[in-house]
Amino acid sequence: MSSVGLETHTAHATSHGEETGLWSWITTVDHKRIAVMYFLTATFFFLVGGVEALLIRIQLLRPENSFITPEMYNQLFTMHGTTMIFLVAMPMAVAFFNFVVPLQIGARDVAFPRLNALSYWIFLFGGLYMNASFIFGAAPNASWTGYATLTSSTYSPGHNVDFWFIGLSILGIASLAGGVNFITTIVNMRAPGMKMMRMPLFTWMTFVTSFLLITAIPVIAVALVFLGFDRVFGTVFFDPTMGGDPVLWQHLFWIFGHPEVYILILPAFGVISDVIPTFSKKPLFGYPIVVYAGILIGFIGWGVWSHHMFTVGLGPIADSFFVAATMIIAIPTGVKIFNWIATMWGGSLRFTTAMLFSVGLVAVFTVGGLSGIMHAAAPIVLQQHDSYFVVAHFHYVIVGGAMMGLWAGLYYWFPKVTGRFLSETLGKWHFWTTMVGLNLTFFPMHFAGMFGMPRRIYTYSAELNVEIYNQLSTVGAFIFGLSALIMIYNIMKSARGGERAGANPWGAPHLEWSIPSPPHHYNFPEVPLVKSREPLWNASEREEILAVTMGEAKEEPVMPNPSYWPILLAASITLAWGLVMTGTWWIIALGALPVLFCVLMWAFEPAFPEGH
Amino acid sequence: MAHAATTAHPPTNTGISNWKLGFWTFIGSECLFFGTLISTYMVYKGKAVTGPYPSELFDVLHTTMSTTILLFSSLAMVIALHAVQHGKKSRAILFLGLVILMGGGFLYLEGESYLKYIGYGLTITSSTFGSTYFVLTGTHKLHVIIGMIWMAILALQIGRGKITARNAETVEIAGLYWHFVDIIWIVIFTLVYLIQ
Repeated sequence: MSSVGLETHTAHATSHGEETGLWSWITTVDHKRIAVMYFLTATFFFLVGGVEALLIRIQLLRPENSFITPEMYNQLFTMHGTTMIFLVAMPMAVAFFNFVVPLQIGARDVAFPRLNALSYWIFLFGGLYMNASFIFGAAPNASWTGYATLTSSTYSPGHNVDFWFIGLSILGIASLAGGVNFITTIVNMRAPGMKMMRMPLFTWMTFVTSFLLITAIPVIAVALVFLGFDRVFGTVFFDPTMGGDPVLWQHLFWIFGHPEVYILILPAFGVISDVIPTFSKKPLFGYPIVVYAGILIGFIGWGVWSHHMFTVGLGPIADSFFVAATMIIAIPTGVKIFNWIATMWGGSLRFTTAMLFSVGLVAVFTVGGLSGIMHAAAPIVLQQHDSYFVVAHFHYVIVGGAMMGLWAGLYYWFPKVTGRFLSETLGKWHFWTTMVGLNLTFFPMHFAGMFGMPRRIYTYSAELNVEIYNQLSTVGAFIFGLSALIMIYNIMKSARGGERAGANPWGAPHLEWSIPSPPHHYNFPEVPLVKSREPLWNASEREEILAVTMGEAKEEPVMPNPSYWPILLAASITLAWGLVMTGTWWIIALGALPVLFCVLMWAFEPAFPEGH
Repeated sequence: MAHAATTAHPPTNTGISNWKLGFWTFIGSECLFFGTLISTYMVYKGKAVTGPYPSELFDVLHTTMSTTILLFSSLAMVIALHAVQHGKKSRAILFLGLVILMGGGFLYLEGESYLKYIGYGLTITSSTFGSTYFVLTGTHKLHVIIGMIWMAILALQIGRGKITARNAETVEIAGLYWHFVDIIWIVIFTLVYLIQ
C-alpha cells in the first residue's frame, strides 16, 4: 500500500466552456456550483442563528435579567433551533453531498441537475421567508418542536406560528427532492467497477441519510398540513375539546424528529470516515462493519421516537420498548467510534485541521452519546426532561458531532473546491477556539440542568444557584462565536490567496482526488474504471485511473443546459405557500397557477442541448 | 420531463433509467405521506365527540361505483401505454382521454358524496371524523386531479408527435403515478368505507 501524494500533477485552474457571472450562477445546474451556494447560504444562516444564541446567552448571564423581553426570548430560542437544524446543519451537509458524491462515484453530475438547483432555491427562499418574520416582529415563538396545543390559533393568535409551519413545509420540499436525487444518483450513476461495497463511506452515509429524508419528511409534512388546516381552516386535529389528541402531534413530530437527528449526524460520520483513514494512511478499519452500522442506525432510528415523550405517560410497555430500542441504537454508534479509533491505531497520523476536527468529533460526540444513553432510561428522563441537561446533551451531539464533522469536511475538501488550501494556522485557531468554546458553553449546562434550570424560560431566580454555570456558558458562547468568525475569515482569505493545492494534496485514496483541483465542469474527461476500495492507494490502479482522469476530454462531454426555471419554480412555490397565510381559499388556489405554469415550462424545456 | 428519456447519459448501473428509479423513490415517499394520513384517520376512528358519524353517512354501494370507475381507468392507462409503445398514436390519445374521463367520473361521484355529507352537517371543522376524512380523501382527490392534468399534457404531446415509441417511458412513468393513486384509493376504500 503506497499513498504517495500526487502534487506533481498540476491543476487545471480554469475549466473549459464554463461561463462566469451572476446569471450563470442563477441558472446553474452544476452540482459543484450548487454545493458552493449551499455552503455559503448555510454559513450565512449559521451567523444568524449564532447571533440569536448570543442574545440568549447575554439574557441568561444574570438571574432576573431584563436584556430582552420574554416575548422576544421565545422568538429567539425558537428561531435559533429552527435555523440551526433546518437552515444550517442540514443544508451544510447537503452542500457536501452535492460537491463530493458525484466526484466520489465517478459521475459527471447528479441524476437530476435541475431538480438539484430547485432544491437549493427552495432552501434559500424558505429560509428567507421564515426569517422575514422578524421584520414583522412575528418570528415563530412556539419552539422548534411546535407542540400542540400551544400552536393552535387560540393560544398563538398572531402570524408567528404561520411563518413557522409554512416555512418548514417549503423547506421540506427541498429535502425531499434532494433525497430522491441522491438515492437515484448513487444507485444508478456509479463508474464502472464502483460496486456498492467499494463506495467511500461519505457516499454511503449520504445514501442512508437520503433514505431517512424521503421517509421522515412526508411524516412532518402531514403533521404540518394538519397544523395548517387547524390554524387556517379551523379543523380540529389537535383540539382536545373536539376529541383531537395533542399527543398525536408529538408522535408525528418525533417520528420525523428522531430520524432527523440521524439525518444530521450520519453525514458527519461519513466525512470523518473518509478523513481519518486519509490522515492515518490506513484503510478504514472494518469497512463493512462501519457501513452496516450506518444502515442499522438508519433503521433503528425509526423505532426510538417516543424517548422524547417519556413524560407524556404512554404506559410501562410502550416506555420499556423505547428504552430498549434507544439503548440498542447506541451499539452501532459505539461500533463506529471503535472503528475510527482502530483506524488511527498504529497509523502514521498527520494532525491537519481536518484530522483535528475528526478526532475532536470522536471525543466530544462521545460525551453527548454518553448523556444520550442516560436519557435512554425513562426514570432518569423524568428528572431531566425540559431541563438544561437535555440542552447540554443535544448540543454536544449536534455541535460536537454534526458541525465538527462538517468542518472537518470543509478543511478536507476545500482544496478540491477552490484549488487552494485553507490556512492551517487559522484552521488550528478555528479548531481550538471551537473546542474550548463549545465545551465551556455546553458542559456547565449539565450542572445547571441537574440543579433544576428549565429550558425555554427567559430567566431564572438567584436562589437556584445556577448563575456561575450560566456565566461560564455565556463566556464559552462568545469564544465559540469568535471561532465562527475565524472560520469565515479563513475562507475569505484562502479562497483568493491560499496556498495552491494539487489534484491530491492529502494523498487521499478516493476518486474525487484523481481529478484536477478545481475540477472541470464535467468532472471526468473519461469515466475511470474502479477496481478497489482505495483506488488511488493502489499503484497500478492509480496509474490507470490518472491516465484517464488527468487527461483532456477527447470531445467535450455533453452537459445539461443551464435553466432559470428552477429559481422561478422555487419562487412560485414559496409564493403559493406564503399565500396560505391569507386564509382565503380562492387566493390560495390562485397561488397554484404560477407553480403549474413553471412546472409546465420546466417540463417542456430540453434538459440537454439539442441533438442529445 | 418529456425529454428526459432521450438524454445522452451513460447507461445506468441498474439498467433502469434515472427518471424511473427517481420516480419509484418518490412513490416510496408518497407511501409514507398517505400512510401518515391513513394512520391518523385510524387513530381517530370512533373518537369523534359530535356527529354525524360514518355509519350514518357512508353509502358503500355508491363508493363502490366510484371505486370501480377509478380501477377501470388503470386498465385504460395500461392500454394507452401499450399503444404509445407500439406507435399507435390515435389509440393512445383515445385511451388517455378515457383515463381523464374516468378520473373525472370518479371525482364527480365523490363530489356528490361530499355534498351529501356536507348536507348532513359533516364538514372539515365539525368533528375529528370530518377533519380526518376530508383531509385524507381530499389529498387523494388532489392527486387524481394532478394525474388528469398530466394525462392531458401527455395526450397533447403525443398528438404533436413529441412522444413516440422511442420515449414512451414518459407515459410509463405517468402510468406508475396513476396506478399508485389507484392503489392508495383501494387502501382508503377498504379501511375507511368497508371496515367501519
